[in-house]
Amino acid sequence: MVNYILRRLILIVVVLFGLSILTFVITRIIPADPVRLAAGPRASDEQVEALRVQYGYDKPLIEQYINYITDVLQGDLGSSVVLRREVGPDLQRFFPATLELVIASLLIAVAVGIPLGLISAVFREQWPDHLARLLSLGGVSLPSFWLAIILQLLIAFSVSWIPITGRYPRIATPPDTITGMYVIDSIFALDFDALRTTLTYLLLPAICLSFGALAVVARTVRADTLEVLNTDYIRTARAIGVPEIVIVLKYALKNASLNTLTQVGLFFGFTLTGSVLVESVFSWPGIGTYAVTAALNKDFVPLMGVTLLIGFAVVVINLLTDLLYGVLNPRIRYES
Amino acid sequence: MTTQKPLVQINDLHLYFDSFDGQSHVLDGVNLTVNRGDILGIVGETGSGKTMTALSIANLMPGGKLTGEVWFDGENVLQKRGADLRRFRASRLGMIFQNPTTNLNPVFTIGELLIDAILTQQYDVAGWQLMSVGKWLNRGLRKQAREKAIELLNLVGIPDPAQRLSQYPHEFSGGQKQRVLIAMALAGDPDLLIADEPTTALDVAIQAQILRLIQRIVEEREMSALLITHDMGVVAKICTRVAVMYGGVVVEDAPIEAIFSNPQHPYTRGLLRAIPSDEMQHGDLQGIPGSPPSFLSPPSGCRFHPRCPERLEHCHIAPPAVVHINDESHSVACYLHTDEKRKSFARD
Repeated sequence: MVNYILRRLILIVVVLFGLSILTFVITRIIPADPVRLAAGPRASDEQVEALRVQYGYDKPLIEQYINYITDVLQGDLGSSVVLRREVGPDLQRFFPATLELVIASLLIAVAVGIPLGLISAVFREQWPDHLARLLSLGGVSLPSFWLAIILQLLIAFSVSWIPITGRYPRIATPPDTITGMYVIDSIFALDFDALRTTLTYLLLPAICLSFGALAVVARTVRADTLEVLNTDYIRTARAIGVPEIVIVLKYALKNASLNTLTQVGLFFGFTLTGSVLVESVFSWPGIGTYAVTAALNKDFVPLMGVTLLIGFAVVVINLLTDLLYGVLNPRIRYES
Repeated sequence: MTTQKPLVQINDLHLYFDSFDGQSHVLDGVNLTVNRGDILGIVGETGSGKTMTALSIANLMPGGKLTGEVWFDGENVLQKRGADLRRFRASRLGMIFQNPTTNLNPVFTIGELLIDAILTQQYDVAGWQLMSVGKWLNRGLRKQAREKAIELLNLVGIPDPAQRLSQYPHEFSGGQKQRVLIAMALAGDPDLLIADEPTTALDVAIQAQILRLIQRIVEEREMSALLITHDMGVVAKICTRVAVMYGGVVVEDAPIEAIFSNPQHPYTRGLLRAIPSDEMQHGDLQGIPGSPPSFLSPPSGCRFHPRCPERLEHCHIAPPAVVHINDESHSVACYLHTDEKRKSFARD
């Protein structure tokens, strides 16, 4: 077990190195000059060159990369040329907001998707199944940003207590930062007004972001449950008189949940990247919005920081998923 | 022979499945009786309707249209629904199936599965109390069920039962899994044990052990049993009666001695000739030529007539009636024994 985790951790380092090289090369070979952009339209050539030397953009590519990666390994993600700020603290500020949004949307996806899939399977080819499948088909086919705008329109005209943009009222101070995730922070601070406010702001973007994962979870749970309900061991359980509720909610669900878990692990990455669009629509101050701003400014250092951070988060979540899979599925034990 | 009412009485059971190619007639008027204390063997080739007949006793058909009656100790099983049916299965029946590996839920421990079986069958505990939250409310009862589970594993011959309760199915051998399944089937002290090819998926050495176990348990607990198999050797070991099925009908039904010493149906004789024995020389073993009939377009008349070595001219016209040979306990459905018809056709 320890050996397995150790091997996976080494693999993570290798993956992240590869990722850093890839993003570095891509940002440097595209025909755009971030230094000139940062210097402004009126800067003279000499000023631009001076800035280029200041940021180290004049050195050979290899040397630039080695400098960058040495800094990264020491915890310094570099500085944005355009914002003239360090990337590290920015990510620290924006990432918790994104993480909160992604976790909330995955929770919604699981909490709604699993019952939906189960209902579909139990009432196969009857109207609850058709309704649930229509919903999940819509979920995978509708683009999240379009859904976001439609939801905003609908909510704006009907439900006044749900805010349609932002993360927290501008005139109020959010709870003291401990994790940076307002829901958790407000619980730590025992500030239930803040918790309520946070949740109302979180509601719409989290629902929008959850749709893709929710649809896939519902469809997987349906397919897996149907398959499990046809197995010999379910027939045996029925033959010896085990109640149907136990057969569906205990025997079938545990088997079906294995694939769902893998899927949620995979969807963590998708949702993290998908949050870029949803964050833009809802003005959610997360790394999605941050990355979009940086990209529009051709500001590469923050982009690389965001990419590395997302990559890191995805590989860590994948490792956790694999470990949890071993807990749920007794036939899998990680041996050296 | 007891004069008591039979435990199970199946009357004129028909089963149809609708498929894309048309309607298949899987059971075509099955009549069968299981007396108390009997170990009734149902033999026949693959696709003769053995399993479907057995499943109908539990009203556990995988779909299809079923007509006829299944009487279990005075109750019509086919009319049972919902909780009534569940309680009937839990308290009166125990079933084990062919492949022990696929019949145990792989993600639960043996103890969890066995305790669930005991709680539903013996104590009729509500379903939600078997799940995570409900479990805490029933700890006393669960402890009792655990004791009972250890007792059952002892009964079916699993060494170290207390330790093995916390193990998963894949940590057991095939024979041990079948023993565990027998323990689960016995949890409700059933009156009838239905075993659907219980030894087919096991090693030959283990087969005999499992058969002896079934026989011992049925005798000790004064149960009855229905043993489905395609192996006449298995039948010879433990059964007290035999019903031979072919193409969805029972063609011969007799006490074990009569089947082996005085088989009446050509199909039964064919099956007996297909048993290898010590005295046989190379090439002596005979099969039955041809293959089992299609359910979509079964042969007319007697379903066995296309393969029958003793076929008469009129065998394809109508299905033969059931006649009794010697005494009431031996019956056969074959024109060779419907004397009147034979005579009348002979006159023509």
